[in-house]
Amino acid sequence: MDWVNAIIQGTLLGGLYALFAAGLSLIFGVMRLVNIAHGDLIVFSAYVCLTITTSLGIHPLVALVLVVPIMAAIGYGLQRGLLNKTLGTDILPPLLITFGLSVIIQNTLLQVYTADPQKLSAGDLEIASIKVGSLAVGMLPLLTFAIAVAVIASLQYMFYKTALGRALRAVSDNQEIAQLMGLDKRHIFGIAMALALAVTAVAGVLLGIRTSFDPSVGGGRLIFGFEAVIIGGLGNIWGTLAGGVILGVAQTIGAKIDPGWQILAGHIAFLVVLAVRPNGLFPRMSA
Amino acid sequence: MCNTNRSRRKFIKGAAATLAAPAILNITRAYAANPTIKIGHVSPKTGQLAGFAEADDFVLEGIQQIFSAGIQNNGKIWDIEIISKDSQSNPNRAAEVASDLLLGDEVDIIVAASTPDTVNPVADQAEINDVPCITTDCPWQPFFFGRGGVPGKGFNSTYHFFWGLEDIIASFLDMWDGSGVLKSVGGLFPNDADGNAWGDKEVGLPTPLAEAGYYLTDPGRYQPLSDDFSNQIAAFKENRVEIVTGNMIPPDFATFWAQAAQQNFNPKIVTIGKALLFPSVIESLGERGNGLTSEVWWSPNHPFSSSITGQSSKELADGYTSATGRPWTQPIGFKHALFEVVADVVARAEDLEDPESIIAAIASTDTDTIVGPINWARGPINNVTKTPLVGGQWQKANDRMELEIVANGPAPEIATTSELKLLG
Repeated sequence: MDWVNAIIQGTLLGGLYALFAAGLSLIFGVMRLVNIAHGDLIVFSAYVCLTITTSLGIHPLVALVLVVPIMAAIGYGLQRGLLNKTLGTDILPPLLITFGLSVIIQNTLLQVYTADPQKLSAGDLEIASIKVGSLAVGMLPLLTFAIAVAVIASLQYMFYKTALGRALRAVSDNQEIAQLMGLDKRHIFGIAMALALAVTAVAGVLLGIRTSFDPSVGGGRLIFGFEAVIIGGLGNIWGTLAGGVILGVAQTIGAKIDPGWQILAGHIAFLVVLAVRPNGLFPRMSA
Repeated sequence: MCNTNRSRRKFIKGAAATLAAPAILNITRAYAANPTIKIGHVSPKTGQLAGFAEADDFVLEGIQQIFSAGIQNNGKIWDIEIISKDSQSNPNRAAEVASDLLLGDEVDIIVAASTPDTVNPVADQAEINDVPCITTDCPWQPFFFGRGGVPGKGFNSTYHFFWGLEDIIASFLDMWDGSGVLKSVGGLFPNDADGNAWGDKEVGLPTPLAEAGYYLTDPGRYQPLSDDFSNQIAAFKENRVEIVTGNMIPPDFATFWAQAAQQNFNPKIVTIGKALLFPSVIESLGERGNGLTSEVWWSPNHPFSSSITGQSSKELADGYTSATGRPWTQPIGFKHALFEVVADVVARAEDLEDPESIIAAIASTDTDTIVGPINWARGPINNVTKTPLVGGQWQKANDRMELEIVANGPAPEIATTSELKLLG
């Protein structure tokens, strides 16, 4: 029964990792941008939510109504104002810029919010659970997983069934020809970043409810996002969910053997996938 | 060639000095009679340890006011200059700024505080350069053994005051002994310097716990910033654990504590080192922060007062709250005490121009500070002296969480302020 519990907890944890990963996967897929600041943007979203919940006194999940558009707007501004200027044939400049951005975000948060660990208070949701046989499944992890599935399903729908998705795919396939067809790639990239940060906002709020955060924890979260993207396969949105779940289950199974193996088991699962299938399990594009 | 070169340099130096002299004299005339002693100070102002240094500005401001009058040594007034640098919570950076202070600013004494990550690299740099160094706010075992100290031999120029693992174990056991709960303890030890020391069979919790009749469930070392503790919780439930202990960082504890509730694991006592030190962490846990227990190194209720300002512990803590609007934290007392020791040493040293003489003055310190008596002759091991440690519980009173002292067995001079209340 312990093993079943480990697998269930790992799967639900995978939902959170998938949310970390979806934003990364999206922007890499559309503009080949590796966003080193992604982890810090997750933490930043949590702080935005904290500010809103404390000033308006609303539940963090309700505050998503504000946090998501704010982060999306920041994403669009960031892309148009900064990142677009660095995109070109060379993959290095945007990498360095986002690295710098990561340092700037961390220290700005430290200046504004101090180093105090903060937590988003979601009341009873944090400790509620439902009984399944002899197992207890936390409401929050369950909700996180459900939200992850919903977010990924809607991203998938948007990508393959809407005009915007077609534009995103067109720019991803060939920027020059897409431009010739009348698509403004700067705008499309801005939209992609806005979408990515909207997902990040959801991830940040759920992370902030699950555990406490301070300005320095972003980097540690980035690696799980990256691993989930790589395991799932580049450019495949559903793949990130699979990647997240594989990572989460590997961690909890590892921890079942010995808690020291928890993080390591996740990394090993990642390395195995990388060794056996360098493009991930369900690739849509080649790296 | 060589000769002419040298004389040219001499000429330039001499000329520059002559030209510059009026300018310097002009500025420093008022103080020209007073020589200056430079104190280097390293602390983690930014990064994940920043909570430990949040009171730095307040403490240093108060200290500088006192020091502005200078300190008398052998009938001569010495001006004190404090140069503060940020370690950014990074041990490599700490070593770098310490080396800057020692070689660039040429400080006469260097002080550092807050965890092995700050204290050890600074002390190592000071030891290499034979500069007197005083540190605190880090258990003494990592300071001593973590730096390759040999008992009986110790270090030449680096001195440390704080408590050790044995004190934390004694104060935890003291807290649990009177509680009447089942003697089944669950341990949460991370795979870092602190966690490995706490979980170590020889120096850590396992042996003393077994001797005191407690059964310890230790699932093993977890990696810090883990997102899941369900396996540990399952193991604790299986062994009917009623006391949870360990040494965690705040995010890990928050993850564990929420999951424990989700999994219907309700221990009676939760005593965690490090994570539960700061009021901000307890605030962030909301109602679930009420009743958690932790070690207390200093509080406004400690019956000690400052040797340089005469302030009581309570006055110092209240001063911080009124100056910043934030609740008091434990490092305030120790940061203040660090400079108390400096003032005492500067006043007593036979010859402030001679590092050896300053080191001798540190070694012969016997002063009562705001964190208790400091006397390196009475330490557990070379270069180390200990301050008292008691057990505390966060209790809700008037809508605010207060850290109440609930167990004082190892240090009866510090009065208890409340009784231990069981969780749940």
